[in-house]
Order: sequence, then C-alpha cells, then structure tokens
Amino acid sequence: MTSVLYDVPGPKARRISLIGSIIGVIVIGGLLVLAVMTLAQQGIFDPKRWAVFQIPDVWVLIGNGILATLSAAAVAAVIAFPLGLVLSLMRISAIAWIRIPTRIVLEFLRGMPVVLMMFFVLLVFATGSFVAVVAGLVLYNSAIFAEIIRAGIQSLPKGQREAGLAIGLTSFASRRSIELPQAIRRMLPSLVAQLVVLLKDTSLGYIVSYEELLRKVQIMADFLGPAYLFPVFFVAAAIYIAINFSVSRLAIWIEKRGSKKAAGGVVHVPVAGIPAK
Amino acid sequence: MDVIIENLPQYWDGFLRTLFLSVVSGIIALIFGTVLAAARVSPIAALRGFSMTYVEIVRNTPLTIAFFFAAVVLPRLGVTFQQFEVAAIIALSAYTSAFIAEAVRSGVNSVPVGQAEAARSIGMKFSQVLSLIILPQALRTVIPPMINILIALVKNSSVAGAFYVLELFGYGRQLANANGDAVLWVLVGVAFFYLLITVPLGYVATVVERKVAIAR
Repeated sequence: MTSVLYDVPGPKARRISLIGSIIGVIVIGGLLVLAVMTLAQQGIFDPKRWAVFQIPDVWVLIGNGILATLSAAAVAAVIAFPLGLVLSLMRISAIAWIRIPTRIVLEFLRGMPVVLMMFFVLLVFATGSFVAVVAGLVLYNSAIFAEIIRAGIQSLPKGQREAGLAIGLTSFASRRSIELPQAIRRMLPSLVAQLVVLLKDTSLGYIVSYEELLRKVQIMADFLGPAYLFPVFFVAAAIYIAINFSVSRLAIWIEKRGSKKAAGGVVHVPVAGIPAK
Repeated sequence: MDVIIENLPQYWDGFLRTLFLSVVSGIIALIFGTVLAAARVSPIAALRGFSMTYVEIVRNTPLTIAFFFAAVVLPRLGVTFQQFEVAAIIALSAYTSAFIAEAVRSGVNSVPVGQAEAARSIGMKFSQVLSLIILPQALRTVIPPMINILIALVKNSSVAGAFYVLELFGYGRQLANANGDAVLWVLVGVAFFYLLITVPLGYVATVVERKVAIAR
C-alpha cells in the first residue's frame, strides 16, 4: 500500500506503524472484550436466551417482518421512480408556470422529515400504516429521484439536446430518446444509492406502527419478556445490515461497470490518499 | 390555524430542542467524522481497518435501529441516562459521523496529488501533511455536501420524537393526539418549523457551492 500522503515507509517507520497497529488492535480489542464482558455479566450469552431461535414461530415473525420491510420498499420504489422522472422533466421545463411550482414543491418535500410525511398521511387521510409508509417514502424519494435525474440531464453536454432539436425532434422527444437514457445511465450509482436510503427508511415505519422487522422485534420482546430483547434485536439488526450492505455492494458494482460502458461516464483523476487504479 | 397559535409555546420549545439536538450532535459528528476520515487515510493499518468497518456498518444501519439500540437496548444493558436526549445525541452523532467521514474522505481525494507531494518533499510528516496542507483544502471543498448532511441530521432528529424526546415531532404527535379535529394544522405547524431550519440551510449550501466552484 502506497499513498501520496506519506512517504514509502522505511524500516523504522514500518516498525513504528506496526507498533501503532498492534496498540490500535489491543485498544479496539480491549474495548470489544469489555463490551462483551459487560454483556456476559447481564447474562446475554446464556444459551437459554438464544434458545428462542429454536422456536419456529420466532423465525416466522422475523420472516414476516423482512417481507413487510421489503414489500414497502419495493412498492415505494416502483411508484417513486416514474414520479421522480416526471417531476424532473417538469423541474427543467421551459414553461415557467410548470417549472417554478414544481421547484417549490420539490424544495418543500426535500426539507421535510420522512417520518412527518408518513405521520401526516396516517392521520390526515386516515389510511392504514402500510399506505402511510409507502406514501411517505414515495413523496420524499420521488423528490430526490427528480433532483438526481435533473442533475444527470444538466450534466450532459449541451450539444446533445441541440443536436436532437436540430434533427427535428420535439423538446419532449429529445428528452425522452436522447437525454434521459444517457442521464439515467450516468446517475445510476446515485439512484441505487438512494434506493439503499429508501430501504433504510422503511424502518421508520416502526414509528407509525407498521409491522416491519423492528416492530416485530419489539412485539416479540414484549411477548417473550425483556430478557430476550437483546438476542432478537441483535439478529434483526444483523439482517437489516446484511440486506442494506448487499444493495450498496450492488451500487458499487454498477458504478464500476457503468464507468466502463457509459460514454464519458466517470472521469478517473489520480487522487490523494487512495492509489489511482 | 388557531391550534398553531394556541400551542405556540410547545412549538417553540420543540423547535429549540430540535435545534439543540442538531447542533450538539452536529458538532460531535463533525469532529468524530473528521477523525475517522483521518484514520482512514493514515499509514497505520489498524486505524484504517477500524475506520472502514465503522463507516461500512453504520452507513448500512437504519437510523431507527440506532435509536432503538441507544434508547431501548442500552438502558437494559445497564447504561442508563438521566434524560433521553443523551440517547438521541448518541444515536444521531454516531450515525451522522459515518457520513461526515465519507464526505471528508472524498474531499481529501479531491485535493490535487501535487499538494501532498510538495508537502512531503519539504520534509513534512503525515500528521503535518494532513493537518496543514490537505485537510484545510479538503474541508473547504466539502462544505456543500457537509451542509446537506447537516440538513439530513436536522430531519433525522425527528426520529428522536418517537423515542421519548419531546422535540418538534414529539410535540407534533402529542398535539395531534390532543387535537383530533385539527390534525392537519398541527402537522402543518410542525412542517413549518422544520422548513424554518432546512430551507435556509439548503440556500446556504447553494451559495457556498457557487463560491467554492469559482474559487477552484
């Protein structure tokens, strides 16, 4: 590993760095051991507590929770993306009375906590919690998708649109068949990254009592007794992190793949700190 | 409408608490995030590894899980607080610092290689290169994304309302329960106070972005 931030280490620097690493590992490891010991004192590692996972019903509940989380995220994503697409076109429309109100609405939606929107839909429209969660996610994420796509369209060279108009396409046809395909491809990493955020935000459903993974954990802990809270919570958190982690890996993979294929997609600048590939 | 005016003291109290949570967590996250970013580019492998693992795990954890951990799980493990604000600040700053660290790291990467090379060639150590040459330039370029993270922090602080902290969203829930006939206006009031923070911050981000773009 070489970096422009520091010289290639000589024998002395390597030794210091090794000692530093060892001390670091000892400190971090020590903290971990301390945490584990505190947990052990609470009887967390008592096998009886983890035996709840031998009950099939626990896994059925967890499975239902995952399903609820994923279905809310999927429905929201499927609605939010086309909506964001339309909003982005309205946001850069040449007609002022479409562009300016859209801009105000987007600004409003982006400045609002997602929980508040879910709560608003839940109480004001007296919907079920699933609809409230999906509506909150759609409202917020379509605004973000719109901004991402807009940034993608505006990052294209001007000539793309000019050429489209010059060969006689209408403004909309040029957007649809020339600019959008390029813009979406360019912004694919950001779009997938936003999908991770959307997936994470489904956990806010907990607050509007949507029975997603975290709510199921609480129900289980209430039912089984507080002693089981930690094991169940631990497993649920691990599942959440695993799902999100794989989607973010997907985003990174798309970014790498896209940078090879998208025309003028990603410019590689040799950078400090990380060796240029 | 009357509901908002009648309950203005509550709104104001909630607004101040939201502001307090955001400012305190923001400052902690800025400091801790910068330290994490510095660890990420440091020559010591253990620090790099720690920073990377922390950022990866926290970025993929939903905020609600972090709050649940801080407010519900921690007390049952024997870590008790006098006030739930402490739990909220722990969750918010631990969560936000991962995003700050990523922003700072991308800023470090945006500083031209020649800067670090020049600094090294006049004999600076890593700590000097980073603190005197790279970070001052890096932090400047990441101010706009940093402000966006702070806007997200203000909005994220609303989750605290569900975990026993009476900030804007917490009061919103309370008032919505008490005024069943005027729920719409109660929540419009809450929204107004959030926009009072987020919209000006967003405006600042745009202005700064333009300024920095010219400077480079």
